[in-house]
Amino acid sequence: MKGLSPQILGKKKKKMQGRDMSCCCAAAHAELTRGVLCPQPFFECEFSEILLCKNELHETLNNLSHWMKDEHVDKSLVTRLDLAFIRKDPYGVVLIIGPWNCPIHLLLVPLIGAIAAGNCVIIKPSEITKNSERLMAEGLPSYLDKDCSAVVAAGVEETTRLLENKFDYIFFTGSSAVGRIVMTAAAKQLTPVTLELGGKNPCYVSDSCDVQNVARRVAWGRFFNAGQICIAPNYVLCSAEMQEKLLPALHKAITEFYGPNPQESPDFGRIVGDRQFQRLQTLLRSGRVAIGGQTDEKDRYIAPTVLADVLPSDPAMQEEIFGPILPIVVVANMDEAIDFINSRERPLVVYAFSSDDKVVNQVLERTSSGGFCGNDTLMHVTLTSLPFGGIGNSGLGMHHGKFTFDTFTHHRGCLHRGMGREALHALRYPPYSQQKLGIVRVASEVKRKDACTLL
Amino acid sequence: MERMQEVVGRARAAFNSGRCRSLEFRMQQLKALERMVWEKEEEILAAIKADLHKSGHNAYSHEILGVLGELALAMDKLPSWAAPQPVKKNLLTMRDEAYVCLEPLGVVLIIGAWNYPFVLTMQPLIGAIAAGNAVVVKPSEISENTAQLVADLLPQYLDRELYPVVTGGVPETTELLTQRFDHILYTGNSTVGKIVMAAAAKHLTPVTLELGGKSPCYIDKDCDLAVACRRITWGKFMNCGQTCIAPDYIICDPSIQSKVVENIKATLQEFYGEDVKSSPDYERIVNKRHFKRILGLLEGQKVAHGGEADEASCFIAPTILTDVSPESKVMEEEIFGPVLPILTMKSVDEAIEFINRREKPLALYVFSNNKKLIKRVISETSSGGVTGNDVIMHALLSTLPFGGVGNSGMGAYHGKHSFETFSHRRACLIKDLKMEGTNNFRYPPISQKKVDWAKLLLLKRFNKGRVGLVILALLGIVAAVVIKMVYC
Repeated sequence: MKGLSPQILGKKKKKMQGRDMSCCCAAAHAELTRGVLCPQPFFECEFSEILLCKNELHETLNNLSHWMKDEHVDKSLVTRLDLAFIRKDPYGVVLIIGPWNCPIHLLLVPLIGAIAAGNCVIIKPSEITKNSERLMAEGLPSYLDKDCSAVVAAGVEETTRLLENKFDYIFFTGSSAVGRIVMTAAAKQLTPVTLELGGKNPCYVSDSCDVQNVARRVAWGRFFNAGQICIAPNYVLCSAEMQEKLLPALHKAITEFYGPNPQESPDFGRIVGDRQFQRLQTLLRSGRVAIGGQTDEKDRYIAPTVLADVLPSDPAMQEEIFGPILPIVVVANMDEAIDFINSRERPLVVYAFSSDDKVVNQVLERTSSGGFCGNDTLMHVTLTSLPFGGIGNSGLGMHHGKFTFDTFTHHRGCLHRGMGREALHALRYPPYSQQKLGIVRVASEVKRKDACTLL
Repeated sequence: MERMQEVVGRARAAFNSGRCRSLEFRMQQLKALERMVWEKEEEILAAIKADLHKSGHNAYSHEILGVLGELALAMDKLPSWAAPQPVKKNLLTMRDEAYVCLEPLGVVLIIGAWNYPFVLTMQPLIGAIAAGNAVVVKPSEISENTAQLVADLLPQYLDRELYPVVTGGVPETTELLTQRFDHILYTGNSTVGKIVMAAAAKHLTPVTLELGGKSPCYIDKDCDLAVACRRITWGKFMNCGQTCIAPDYIICDPSIQSKVVENIKATLQEFYGEDVKSSPDYERIVNKRHFKRILGLLEGQKVAHGGEADEASCFIAPTILTDVSPESKVMEEEIFGPVLPILTMKSVDEAIEFINRREKPLALYVFSNNKKLIKRVISETSSGGVTGNDVIMHALLSTLPFGGVGNSGMGAYHGKHSFETFSHRRACLIKDLKMEGTNNFRYPPISQKKVDWAKLLLLKRFNKGRVGLVILALLGIVAAVVIKMVYC
């Protein structure tokens, strides 16, 4: 903990970002494709892995000295002359476990906050994305203090052993199943955790909307990184009439984005591994394939696919898809859509599309989710001023911007009093009398400032 | 046990009905709770007296006052706490609505403790109701009179389905913990804290654990010993030492140890008179098990004062131990009784090192006239909270978050912190379906131009503040020149 000051560490990280930008992209490129044949979308890598990380870094560097300051708080009558403040203490040694889908971003963003908060960090990148894991293991130690940070390359067994150690905080991004394992291990040491998990993010499309715009935004969000992001719209809820309008619009958007043969587009990604590819293939047996559906096992390519008339009991509706497949479930109206959403686990994000503000607000008010985005997909995570996190099965805790700093900080309540004015404390000391109690009651009464306008 | 599933199921159905979400409803429930405390003050004081031999005065100022204060604060601030919080936007989201919505979590479980049986159940309950949740309340079975009273009173004043009370011991609590909650706040010891968190992990339920530890109290040579010792005596022996933030042990220089003992003895005399046992202001140990446990800690120790005990009434006199060894039994576990060990150390460095070698405590106390020394002790140690030159008081200021770190707990509550603990901060971004042109930079097929646009629209500038100031300064100069030209 007595390593380099957070600011120096932060600046070093920025340097790493700049110089190794191409290196990072190359690693992520190589990851989500096999060989040189079909390169991974450069823009998506640039956008999520680099740009958004840089934003977090700049936000932190711009504001760190302000965030670190003791936060003075309002005082009571008794403490009026004292110093009362919240100190921002680091937790100590923090463990960050990254996922494979955005292997750089989802490791660096929490790392930025952990370092900014003054902790020492153990970083455990995903073993599935080997190139990024190697980049982290080789790159980070050359820029960060070797005593204050370490990268651990570990598979399932080694990670289990790693979790037996005592950490002062654990930040995990991944699936709910593994989230439970991490939290159970943390419970043994009373280690606080932040779990960024996933779920099935519903996307309600109302009957009154600009169909082509909706189709473009939904398609972008769904097929970004070949569907392998936790905040992708997982399934669409709409009326039968809207489904009929949406299908050609989605087809048009997909063709606009990736051309007539998406397998040849440099902007469409691939599935990360064989196991995930096979899992996704089984999900195609849901509803009817209205768009796409082609797969190529050697290339780990699944075409941007839209499944129509999907039933809640179909395979595609049983688990988070995490691939370029978009099921459409037909509902009668908005109320049915809201009931459908509420009957399932709370997702990481709820999306609602409508040109009627009231509809968007209704969906917002009557559902519960980590976050909410009206009339677009993904964009709520580009604002560092918004907290990013789940609820229920989709996670606990949050981060991004100052929320990451706060996540890795112990907010310590401090009261610094003087030794004088002892006579004023006489009221609190025994022996007690009715008179003393009377004065205490009067002096401690918290008067209601205004009459409550609600009642 | 079917019963737990039914109770929690009913609370969940009641929550899903949506009736506890409106601010009006929450205010109504909080007002009813306030009425309950006013109308049933006698019964509440009597229950606490039966459980802890606590005088009415003590019970009022330790427990009822805190609850009334928390209620008044919550009712006063609720509209502002619950209002959506707009956030700073970037260039791309300039025309959109971006804000954080504070939403209830759902069904919350509050497990109370026995040492302050009323306030430690009520205070979290107030926050949970204010945040719009349904709450299952499980008071500690060890303080059985207060537990029974809470179980009788709450249904008379609050919505019965939304805020059920569950009584019982270990088997009932274990069964309760198998149910799914959306947050659990537990006050108690670290051992059970681990069990609660492990049960919560099965459902991915966030937890707030208010645990304990050995809160150190460092007395510097440079301080007003009479004042320091009076304040320490007050905090240590209130509730017969059964306070999670009581100063557990003292560290001081060997040269002042005997003065410290003398001062504490004098203060004890002032507070409780010659015969402590007959003072109405001195409490008792809660039960025989704890009585025996605390007496066991005295074995082999140098008793400078006190040591008298009476099993029949669970009375242990205020006791001071001197020259205590760090390896002794009394230094292994949280004392939670009226036994005050003094350890001597020659320097503050040694004291800081000693404190840091042990588990992080819930509270840390340091007494000194030297402000720099106090700052140093605070910055070189870690603890849930701190009071300098006094004890306990940081927990009575509701604007400070109250909670532990490491073995002493996780999460915090009190005042607004309770409201935030029991709320979900939901990020909301509402865009327009129009203005599709602004989205074109992100859609494939990608070109270098699009990447450049993305950078322009999304990338924050480093040190924007300074650039802005420079531009402002330049504008100021330009304005000055223009004005001069116009008027001359």
